[in-house]
Amino acid sequence: MLADKDRIFTNVYGFQDWRLAAARMRGDWDDTKALMLKGQDPIIDEMKASGLRGRGGAGFPTGTKWSFMPKEPKPGKPNFLVINADESEPGSCKDREIIRHDPHKLIEGALIAGYAMRARAAYIYIRGEYIREAETLFAAVAEAYDAGLIGRNACGSGYDFDVFVHRGAGAYICGEETAMLESLEGKKGQPRLKPPFPAGAGLYGCPTTVNNVESIAVAPTILRRGAGWFASFGAENNRGTKLFQISGHVNKPCVVEEAMSIPFRQLIDEHCGGIRGGWDNLLAVIPGGSSVPLVPAKEIMDAPMDFDGLRAVGSGLGTAAVIVMDKSTDIVRAISRISYFYKHESCGQCTPCREGTGWMWRVMERLREGHADVEEIDMLQEVTKQVEGHTICALGDAAAWPVQGLIRHFRPEIERRIAARKGGDAPLAVAAE
Amino acid sequence: MADAVHIPDEAETRARWGGFAWTPANAEQAKVILARYPKGREQSAVMPLLDLAQRQVGNDTQTQGWLPVPVIEFVAKQVNVPYMRVYEVVTFYTMYNMAPVGRFHVQVCGTTPCMLRGSDDVLAACKNKGLVKGKTTPDGLFTLTEVECLGACANAPMVQINDDNFEDLTYDSTIAILEALAEGRTPTPGPQIDRQVSAPEGGPTSLKEMVSENHDYRDHWS
Repeated sequence: MLADKDRIFTNVYGFQDWRLAAARMRGDWDDTKALMLKGQDPIIDEMKASGLRGRGGAGFPTGTKWSFMPKEPKPGKPNFLVINADESEPGSCKDREIIRHDPHKLIEGALIAGYAMRARAAYIYIRGEYIREAETLFAAVAEAYDAGLIGRNACGSGYDFDVFVHRGAGAYICGEETAMLESLEGKKGQPRLKPPFPAGAGLYGCPTTVNNVESIAVAPTILRRGAGWFASFGAENNRGTKLFQISGHVNKPCVVEEAMSIPFRQLIDEHCGGIRGGWDNLLAVIPGGSSVPLVPAKEIMDAPMDFDGLRAVGSGLGTAAVIVMDKSTDIVRAISRISYFYKHESCGQCTPCREGTGWMWRVMERLREGHADVEEIDMLQEVTKQVEGHTICALGDAAAWPVQGLIRHFRPEIERRIAARKGGDAPLAVAAE
Repeated sequence: MADAVHIPDEAETRARWGGFAWTPANAEQAKVILARYPKGREQSAVMPLLDLAQRQVGNDTQTQGWLPVPVIEFVAKQVNVPYMRVYEVVTFYTMYNMAPVGRFHVQVCGTTPCMLRGSDDVLAACKNKGLVKGKTTPDGLFTLTEVECLGACANAPMVQINDDNFEDLTYDSTIAILEALAEGRTPTPGPQIDRQVSAPEGGPTSLKEMVSENHDYRDHWS
């Protein structure tokens, strides 16, 4: 188990106060000026050396992303940092804990990251439904201003840096970085065509980097303890510690910070009290949030929970939102409900996604009850391939992959339902919930 | 999976809301909101201003508020963009109500992580208390909406009622919350079982010093 001294989010459970005075006693804002005095490029180099990969799902190296920003912003074209707190991927609930219990780690990270990438200001885009969390974040930002930690001459560094909070209003798609920029500009959140990439032309046409809350909030601790400390956890290419969010059929669902690459079995046994009904009762796991394919029990049990380990079993780490399903699960319904989610959340801009998500959901609902022909399974698979890769953003892919994962691993169950409906001799699966 | 909303009669709406203007407190708040964005980028304030307006309508009507067309027109004038640019924002985001809702907006998450932990039971409890998806109860108290993932998956199943989450629900605890609200009591938000936020039930498996003191782990850094 990861030692408590190596956990970054020590107040993740909110037993203690989130406010500035208490956060300072835990080490936040401790001589931040000294961290900034390391210099902008050395900060970026340290982040690169730490091996931190973006915690929002895609896993792009954070330090490298920062290095794409112009080193000398043009007049009238300031650099911006946008922090993605639009946590909406089903299964994900980690940024919420950072924001409501350790908000000063995020704000300090915003200053350091913003300084390193020569940004003028940060906008923290928090999903609209995080109402109480946003109240905490607004209050924490105000505290940081009052204490001179951000704003003019932030932390006495001579650097001016603003932090603003912007609330969303209920749209999953705004977690996509260019949709988020549209939304920040006061428009409906439909993704932009790339290029231009945000680092060239982002918010208000200015160079912009969009980072996940967790990626930013870990930065101060990495700089304080050194890249080598962070890189001492996790397998090669998968370094660091990570907030895992375990939901579904475990005895004790929770959010917990652990070392990257922790085996699935160890994560569940040590923190979640095991699988409901025991390990033999495990059916499948969606290891990285709803948009990654499910992994059957025997393949996930000893898999390392990291980017490469989960890719090796045909899935992905995503946001490390681990959705566990035991054998009582109606697996077709579980995936069909995800299909409904994507149908609901499609922004409607690209035809394959606008039409395809609804089409996939309707077929999934028929498969759930066996009201279909076996050939339709292949047709559904074919349609997922038509959607995948043919849309501006990854929502089309995210809608296709869970269905593909279901067909790949549970085709016999789908066929059994069709046969049961037709022949009436095999018992229909009984929904657990 | 709500039904299409019933948008009230236009003439009636205009008569009731045609004179909408900020309260003095909200006029101040609108200035604070506008100051967050660069000069010339006032359109960025559309979303927070719509939220503010919906809340003001809510206060005026003792409900969770909605956005009548004249109120949307008012917000559009505030940021100096055409009405249609704001209307398309209202229709795009789920939190803007296109029609009146009740005093309590009961938003049950039905997405897979909540479904796996029993959101069917939560919806059944709502149904048995007379709540119907997409509708407001005849007494005007409750509007029920099934919503998509609200980001509290480690505390599933959950419901958001007005500005608060109620988590780790069962059929019985859902009934208890709805009854408390109907009787004018204030149920305690958060997990409805003996549990500290998203820590494992029964106590944390890590960071145990933090339970009783604001522990500084830097002393143990090597």
